[in-house]
Order: sequence, then C-alpha cells, then structure tokens
Amino acid sequence: MKKIGKLYKKFGTAISLLILFIVVSILNPKFLSMYNILNIFKQVSINGLIAFGMTFVILTGGIDLSVGAMLGLSGMFLGLMISSGIPGFMAILTVLLFGCALGAINGVLVSKVNLQPFIVTLATMTMYRGLTMIISDGIPFMGLTKTAPVLDYFSQGIFLKVPVPMAIFLALLVISLVLLQKTVFGRGVYAIGGNEEAARLSSIPIVKIKTLVYIISGFMSALAGIILTSRLSSSQPTAGTGFELDAIAAVVIGGTSLFGGKGRIFGTFLGAIIIGVLNNGLNIIGVSPFYQQFIKGLVILFAVILDRKSNTYT
Amino acid sequence: MKGINKSFDDVKILENAEIHVEDKQIHALMGENGAGKTTLMKILTGVYRKDGGEIIINGKVKEIDNIRASENLKIAFIHQELNVLPEMSIVDNMFLGKELINKFGLIDKKTMTSLVKEKLQLLCVDINPKILMKDISLGFRQLVEIAKALLLNAELIIMDEPTAALTDTEVALLFKVIRELRDKGVSFIFISHRMEEIFVLCDKITVLRDGKFIGSKKINETSFDEIVSMMVGYDMDDRFPKVETTPGDVILSINGLTKKEKFEDISFNLRKGEVLGFSGLMGSGRTDVMHAIFGSTKYDAGSIYLNGKKANISSPIIAKALGFGFITEDRKNEGLVLDFAVSSNLALPSLESFKNKGLINDQKITKTVDAFIKKLRIRTPNQYIEVKNLSGGNQQKVVIAKWLVTNPKILILDEPTRGVDVGAKKEIYEIINQLKKQGVAIIIVSSELPEVLGICDRVAVMHMKKLKIIFDIKDATQEKIMEYATGGGK
Repeated sequence: MKKIGKLYKKFGTAISLLILFIVVSILNPKFLSMYNILNIFKQVSINGLIAFGMTFVILTGGIDLSVGAMLGLSGMFLGLMISSGIPGFMAILTVLLFGCALGAINGVLVSKVNLQPFIVTLATMTMYRGLTMIISDGIPFMGLTKTAPVLDYFSQGIFLKVPVPMAIFLALLVISLVLLQKTVFGRGVYAIGGNEEAARLSSIPIVKIKTLVYIISGFMSALAGIILTSRLSSSQPTAGTGFELDAIAAVVIGGTSLFGGKGRIFGTFLGAIIIGVLNNGLNIIGVSPFYQQFIKGLVILFAVILDRKSNTYT
Repeated sequence: MKGINKSFDDVKILENAEIHVEDKQIHALMGENGAGKTTLMKILTGVYRKDGGEIIINGKVKEIDNIRASENLKIAFIHQELNVLPEMSIVDNMFLGKELINKFGLIDKKTMTSLVKEKLQLLCVDINPKILMKDISLGFRQLVEIAKALLLNAELIIMDEPTAALTDTEVALLFKVIRELRDKGVSFIFISHRMEEIFVLCDKITVLRDGKFIGSKKINETSFDEIVSMMVGYDMDDRFPKVETTPGDVILSINGLTKKEKFEDISFNLRKGEVLGFSGLMGSGRTDVMHAIFGSTKYDAGSIYLNGKKANISSPIIAKALGFGFITEDRKNEGLVLDFAVSSNLALPSLESFKNKGLINDQKITKTVDAFIKKLRIRTPNQYIEVKNLSGGNQQKVVIAKWLVTNPKILILDEPTRGVDVGAKKEIYEIINQLKKQGVAIIIVSSELPEVLGICDRVAVMHMKKLKIIFDIKDATQEKIMEYATGGGK
C-alpha cells in the first residue's frame, strides 16, 4: 500500500488523465480525432494559463480569486483600446502591462498591507468586475479582429505547426517551470509557503516575492484575456466569470497543497488538461450539462482525497 | 505529593519529585527551566498521569486521572499563558464550558453575572463583568482567573509565573489578593523565577532540579544564596571544550537600544573572535534584543554600529548582507521549513550565491550541502530527506549550518542547545569554538548557566528588559548571574 501511495504521489495525476482518456475514447472514438484534441488544447490554454498564475500564488500559501475578473477587465480594456483606434500590437502589449498592474494591486495589499489574500482578492474581484461594466456600459465591443487583424493570430494563428494558444500555453509551462525550479525567486516561493517566518528570518525577500506572484497571476490572466477576446473577436462584459474556480480546481487536481509550499507546475498543467478533457469528453459522449457539473465536482473531490491519502504514505 | 515519577519517551522528567503544601500556605515551587515544575503541576491537575508515587489530599490518597477529577478535589491551575477568549466577556470566559442554564434550557446570564460580581468583589475588584476580556489589562485577567478558581470553590490554586507579564502595580494588587485569600483558607502553589517576589510573598519554598526533589525550606530560615545554589548545583566537567583566543577589534557596538515594553537602553560591544553570552530569565528581553539587531523586528531608539560605522539594519536581508547570521530560538517555527529537504533548508539563506547566469546551480548546492553535512556531522541518510525526520540535535545542526554557508562575521545563537542531547551539545560547542578561532564574533543567548559559563568569554545578564551587568567570565559564577537575573545584585 505504501508503494502504491508513493507511486500515486509521483504519477497519480498523469495516471488519472490516462484513464480518463481511455474511458472517454472508448465511449466515443471521435474524441481522439486530431481536430478534437486540438480543440481541447485551445480550450485548456485559457484556464491553464490562469491556473499557472494561480499555482505561483497558492504555492506561497495565498489565493487569487480575482483572476476571472482580471481576465474580463483586461479583455474589455483591449476591446476599448482597439475600438478607439490604438494599433493592435500596442494594445496587446499595454494590456499585458495592465494585467501586471492589476496583479500588483493584489500583491501590495497582501504583502505590504498584510491583508488576507482571500479577502483582498475577493474585494478586487468585485471591483474589477465593476470596472469592466463601467468601461463597457454592459455592451460588448464587437468585430475586434477585423479592426486589428494581429489579434486574430492569438486564436487562429499557427506557430511551428502548433496552434498559437497551445504554443503560448506550452511556452509558459516551460517558463514557469524554470522560474519555480531554477531561480532564487522560485525557491523563495516554496519557502514562503512552507514556513513564512523561517523564510523571512533566512533573509528571503518576502514582500518582493509575494508581490511578484500576484503580478504573475495578473499577467497570466491578461494573456488568457487576450486569447479569449481573440477567439470571440469581441470583449464580453461577463467574460471570465467563474474562471477562478476552474483554475483553483486545476491546481488542486495537480497536487498542489492549498496551504502552500508543496506542488508542481507540471501537475497544474495536467490538472488543467484533466478539466479540459472532462468538459470536452462529457460533451462528446452526450452527458447533460447538469450532470457534467456534478461529475466535475466529484472529480475534484476524488483528486483531493487521493492526494491526501498518498501524502499520508510518506 | 510524594515520590512522583514521570517519563516521556523514556526520558525521565520527574524522579522522586515531591512537594508538601499545608493549609493556608503560599508555597513557592522553584527550579531552572526544565527542572520539572510544570510537569509536576500538570500531574497534580490531571493533565498528565503519573508513572509512580502518590498524591495525598487532606490525608487521603487520591488518583487524579483527568482535569475534572482535580477540579472536584478543589484544585485550580492558572496557566502561564492565560487561556482567554478575548472577544468574549468576563462572565462568558469564567463560565466557559460550565454555563448555567435556566428552566427554559437557555443560558442564565443573570445568575452568572451576579455570581461573577460577587467573586470579583471578594477580590476587591470593581469591574463590570460584561466587559470584553480583551479590554482589560493582563493584571486584571490574572485576577479574573483567580475569581474563576473561586467559582469552583478551589482550596488550592496553582499559579505558573503569574507575574511574568505584569507591571509593578499589578503585581502588588495580585499579591494583596493572594494574601487575603490565604488568610481566608486558600493555599497556593506559586511558580516564579523572580527571587525577590518569592521572598516577599511566600511562606515556604520547594526546589526541584532535573526532575528531582532537592529540598524544602521555610522562607525565614533560608536565603537567596542558598536557594540559588540548590537550584543550579551542577558539577562542571569537560562538557565544555575550551579554546583560548585573543579577541580582535570591536566589530559590533550597540548603543542605547530601546523598544517599548520589550527592552530598554541596551548597550554593549562585541569583538571579533569573542563569545558573548546573554543570560537572564525567560521574558527578560534577550530574544527581542537579538531580533532587533538582526532587523527582524523594529526598535524605537538607540543605534547599532558595525566596524565603527552606523548601520541601519531594517530587515534580515540587510543583516545578512552585512554579515550577520541568526540561529533562532524556535527552530520548528522560525528556523526550518520542516517539510523541506535538508538541502533546501541548508541553502535557503545563501541561494543568491548559488546563482549562475540567473539560474540556480543545483550541483553546487549538492556539493556544498554534502560538505557541511560532513563538517558538522549532521546525521541524516542523505541530503534529500525532509528535515522533520531528523532528531532535534541534527535539526539544530542544520539551522546552524544554513548560516555557516553564508560565511557570517557575526553569528547570533539563541538557545542553540535547547532540546538537544548531551552528545550533540558538545559538538555544537565545538563548532562554536571553531568559529571563534576563525575570528567570528558570536553572541549566545542561553538559559543554561553551566553552558554560559562553559563557553562564553563574557556574560551579559538581563533582568526585566534591562541589561544589568556584563561579567568577565573569570568573575562570573552561577550564583552571581542568578542574583542579577532575578533582580538582586549591586
């Protein structure tokens, strides 16, 4: 039993994904078509990017509830800029910086003002959502990819034979992996989540690192916002609503502890794919949307229980 | 209580401990940290169960298996850390878990409030029982705890360091109440490290050392000196390896360092290759001073000079850059990330130095960590094992090692050998001696007097937030240090 526990800890998320793959493809072979797989990746990339940012935050022992709202606000800001004639390329760069700024607000409130991450991001989530409505007056900006063709590249483009959203997703997986595993910053992220006081007394720059993880989260949300806006060719006022939950689910399924200090970005990558496969697979085998929600919840619960079990075997 | 034995995991905490408390007596229980005072009291109040011996109350042998049983025998324990719920009123705190219920099955606030009022008046305390606990001073909270004991009609009240956090006026009020209650027939066991208090308040003293009963003395038949030597009384041997060095230049100069309610007007010099000990009782402010020097807490006034230049150390990051290392007192909460591997912990403060083109060079870390594991003889199967799996002594060595990697010029060690077995202790002393030979300036905060006398070149003694005296080691004795640490001296 101990061995199984250890094995699960290492490969559990991957094994779960494999089983899920097999089951869904037996139930409907169309699932395995190239077209569908690429489709899954396109869908996964948005939640996956947000989940990467969320992983940084959760590893420090924090949480970012405002990711969906940051995505919505960034997308809306992008729509506003493009509609008012700012060149697409400029607008996209500005939005990425804008996302960083939104994250920085969370970061400073958490690290400098020392407020609870849950409360801070709950408040900013509501504020950002409100700002989105104020900017748009509740009406979407339409036809954006016509005005700024460069935006189209973010959903329809192909980079080295790979659809651009998927390429971005994979690129950021590698970047996040390096940041977390191979830099002083990354070690600090883990140390803060493991024991913040010990990290502080070990001269780890707590304030800087905690601010940075929220900035990363803001950046990822803005990037996801660009991809979504590109795909819809419009900025929807309600875009990103509830995305924080799928992102947190991906992180948790991927085996990252909500208490911080333990977890892997690759786990989050697999977690995001599991959620994507679930969404897509349940659709493709014709499960009613009502049951889909229920099943998704069940999967999250199982992931957490299995994770807890495998942790007790160490 | 007679012949009480108690072991935890084969470590004998109490061996033939005893205490005899008479009617209408304020009985002091004394001993160094770890002498077994609190354990003995926890047995009396049913928190722990004894391994052997008997407890006799009013002439009858009693078994006290749980807290309820001791309450039924009218024994109350007021802990050092008061267990209060700050957001609840005095009444609610006093009746917590024992709320009175009226005929409708609801809480009977009226009766409870009037009972509390009555008990508080007995203590000559005029305070509204509906006030929230967080709004009254620590001194009053102690009195509320006593009132709570009276609510149980306690005949024996045990107080564990009740005065540690009180001001002088609060102490005076507390003592007045204790004396009045004694005259009304309540007995007290009073645990305190403050000699002058004991001699003012108590009728009799029992001393424990290493879990053993050393003796009992009537207060008017003994002296400060006798009690202190009963408390310490170790034989010195070569548990403390010595090296002779000539200290170099002054590297660190502390001038009038003050932090409100923590420490006042602390001044001292530290030389290269010197070991300066900080002695004093728990809560005397030693640890707070060290945190202030290291930049992990702020101070209100005073200045720190490093190599003659004023240093503004506002964070541990700056402290490390200036060559400080700080081995904190509480290794589980402040020293280690317990879930991390030995190697990750060891490299934590010096990650920057393992950088190569912006990325961490893991091979370099592995090599360095292996070298330090060998050098400090850290007993661990390998460097990837989680540090929580090591023994206390080896964990402590990891904490020391992680700062040695940074090559400190000034190393502060706060209780470096607490919870460490004798063998590992000696190895830690040898590490300290090595550093001293290399010219590292060292500060050691320690509550163990033999350790202070054994490895330090000078000893600073703190009492009630102030630095009382700095002894040269050849002038220092346990008795003298204890005297200053408990407020005597001069």
